[in-house]
Amino acid sequence: MKRTDSGSVSGTDFSFEKGSQSNVEVTWNDRLRDFWEEFIYKPGLVAWDDWRTRIGATITLFFLFMGTVGAYFYRQPSTNQVERSVGPFQNPDYILGTTPLGEDVLAKIIHATPDILIMITAGAVWATGLALLIGVLAGYKGGLTDRALTSMSDVAMSIPGLPLIMVLLVTVQPTNPAIIGGIITINYWAGLGRGLRSQVLTLRDEPYVEASRTMGVGTLRIMFKDIIPNLMPFVLVNFVNAGRYVIFQAVALYYLGILPSTTSNWGILLNQAVNQYGALFSLDGAYLVFIPTIAILLLTLGLILLAQGTDRIFNPRVRTRLAGESESTDEEGNEQPAAGGF
Amino acid sequence: MNSYYLKRTARAVLTVWMVATITFGLIRLLPGGPMQQLRADLLRQGGMTAAEVNARMEQYTSLVPDQPIHIQYFNYVAGLAQGDLGQSITEQEPVVDIIAETLPWTLFVMETAQVMIFVFGIVLGAFLAYKEGTKLDSVGSAISIVLSSIPYYVVAILAVYLLANIGGWFPARYGYDSTVASPGLNLPFITSALYHAILPIGSVVITGVGLQLLAMRGNSIQVLGEDFVRVARLRGLSDRRIATRYVARNAILPMYTGFLTLIAFSIGGSIILEQIFSYPGVGQEMLQALENRDYPLMMGIFLVITIAVVISVYIADLTYGLIDPRVSSGDSSEAY
Repeated sequence: MKRTDSGSVSGTDFSFEKGSQSNVEVTWNDRLRDFWEEFIYKPGLVAWDDWRTRIGATITLFFLFMGTVGAYFYRQPSTNQVERSVGPFQNPDYILGTTPLGEDVLAKIIHATPDILIMITAGAVWATGLALLIGVLAGYKGGLTDRALTSMSDVAMSIPGLPLIMVLLVTVQPTNPAIIGGIITINYWAGLGRGLRSQVLTLRDEPYVEASRTMGVGTLRIMFKDIIPNLMPFVLVNFVNAGRYVIFQAVALYYLGILPSTTSNWGILLNQAVNQYGALFSLDGAYLVFIPTIAILLLTLGLILLAQGTDRIFNPRVRTRLAGESESTDEEGNEQPAAGGF
Repeated sequence: MNSYYLKRTARAVLTVWMVATITFGLIRLLPGGPMQQLRADLLRQGGMTAAEVNARMEQYTSLVPDQPIHIQYFNYVAGLAQGDLGQSITEQEPVVDIIAETLPWTLFVMETAQVMIFVFGIVLGAFLAYKEGTKLDSVGSAISIVLSSIPYYVVAILAVYLLANIGGWFPARYGYDSTVASPGLNLPFITSALYHAILPIGSVVITGVGLQLLAMRGNSIQVLGEDFVRVARLRGLSDRRIATRYVARNAILPMYTGFLTLIAFSIGGSIILEQIFSYPGVGQEMLQALENRDYPLMMGIFLVITIAVVISVYIADLTYGLIDPRVSSGDSSEAY
C-alpha cells in the first residue's frame, strides 16, 4: 500500500505542534498558504512534469469551459434552426453539421455538457465522500465498528452495479442530473472504502497519530487533522476515476433509453442517431454517431490521463522511477475491477 | 475449517438475502410503485373482480396484496428459496424458464470474452514487462491506456457500423442464423453461433484487455526485482523456467480474485452489449423487461445475476485460500 512520504509527515507534525501550543500566531492566511504549498503547488509541479497530466488537465479544462462559458454564450439547439442533414465542416455557421431535424449538432453537444459535468461531480463527490467516511471510520476505530462497516461494504460490493442502477432508475425515475449521478455510483463507494480502510490501518499506528491519541485528542479531530490529509492523494485519484465511471454508465443508460430523454446528453444523441436516423446504415449519416462518440472518448481520456498523471506523484513505486532508474512509465491497474466496474 | 471460510459463507448468504430484500422493497414498498401500477393496469383491463385481480397479482409476483407486510416478505423469500421467481407479465411465462433459455447465450459470450482478456492480458503484460524501458514497452502501454479509456459499447457500435453494416463481413444481430441452423449440437449451428459471437466478444476483449495487461505488467516488473528471482538467476536456471515458474506465478496471483469477480460482473455489462447486437441473452431480456416495466422479470433477472456474482466471488475467495496459503492462516483480512 502507498505510504506517506516524509514531506507530508512533517507537515502533520507541524499541525500537531499547533494543537499543543494553542496560542501561536498562525493566521488563517498562513495555514492556507501552507496547505497550498504542501498539497497543491508542490504535487502540481511534479504532476505537471508528466505529459499525461498536461494533456489530461487541458482536456478536462476544455470541457469545463465548454460546459460553463460555452453553454452560456452558444445558442440553444432547436429544431429547424438551420438547414437539415448537413455534414460536418461544410458551413462555419454550424461547424459540426446538423441533424435530420435541422438542429445544430455543436449546440446539442455543448448544451449537454453542463448536465454531464454536474452528474460527474455529484456522483464522484458522493462516492468518494461516503467511501472516505466509512473507510476512515472502519480503519481507525477497528473492533466492532470495523467489522460492521466492512461486512456492509462487502455486501454492497458484490451487488452487480449496472443492473442495480437500472432497476433503481426505472423505479425512481429521476430527472435531476445530481441525483442521477448519485444513483449511478450507489455502490461504487464500497470498493474504494475498502482501499481507504487498509490505508488507514497503516496510518493509525504512526507515531504522530499515537501522540495525538495519548494527548487525548478526540477521534473526530484526529480523523480530520491527522488521517484524512494523508489520504487526500489516493482520494483525489479515485475521485477522477469515479467521475469517469459516471460518464461511462450515464451515456450507456441514456443510449439504452433507461433515462428520460427530456434532458440532453451525448448518449441521447447516440441513441437518436442509431435508432431514429439510421446513422449506422449509411456513410452519410455516420457523423451523427462519431461526433458524440468523440466527445465521450475525449472526456474519458482526459480524466484517465489526469488520474494516472496525478497518481504518479503519490505512488512511491512510480516516484522512485521518476528519481532516475528508468524512463518508462508505470501504471499498475490501480483500479480493482470490482464494484460493477464493467 | 477456520473462521475465514465461515465468514465468506456467511457473507455470500447475507448478500443474496440483502438483494432479495431490496427487490422486495422496490416492488412492494415504493409509493405508487410496481404493485400499484400492476393493480391499476389489471383493473383497467376490466372484467375482473377484486379477488381475481389479487389472484392474478399473486401469480405474477408471488405476493398476496392483502396480507400483512411481514407475511408477504416471508412468503416472497420462501418462494425465492424454492426457485419461484414469479411470472413475466409481458411474456406470460415463468421467469425461471425465460432465464434458463437466455442465460446460456450470455454466459457463452461474456465468459469467453473474459477468459480471452485474462489470457491476452497475462501474455502481453508479461511480454511488455520483459521489454520494460524499450520503445515497444512505452508504445504498448500507451495503446493500452487509450484502449481502456474507450467504453466497450462505443467499440461495439463502431463494429456494427464498420464491420457489419458497411463492410458486411460479420452479422450485425442475433445469436445465430435461423435460416441455416436450428439450435442443437450440430455443426452448422455451432459455427453460426461462433460467427455471430465474434463481434460481441471482440469488442469486450479489445476494451478490457488494456487494464489487465497493465496490471500484469506492473506485477511482473515488481516480481522481477525480488530477491528470489535474482537467486534463481544465480543458480543458473533457464530463462524459461524463471519466467514461468518464478515470475508469472507470483505476478498472476494478485490478479486471480479480480479475474473471477470480473467474470461475474460482466454478466451485468451484457445488458448494453446485447442490445447493440440484438443478442438473445439475458441482458437483452432484462432491457425489455425494464422498458415494459415487467417487474417480476426485471427483478428475477437482477436476482439471478446477483446470485451468479455472489457464487463467483465465493468461489474466488475459497480457491484463493488454496493457492495462496497466507490468506487462510492468521493475517488474512487484508489479503486483497
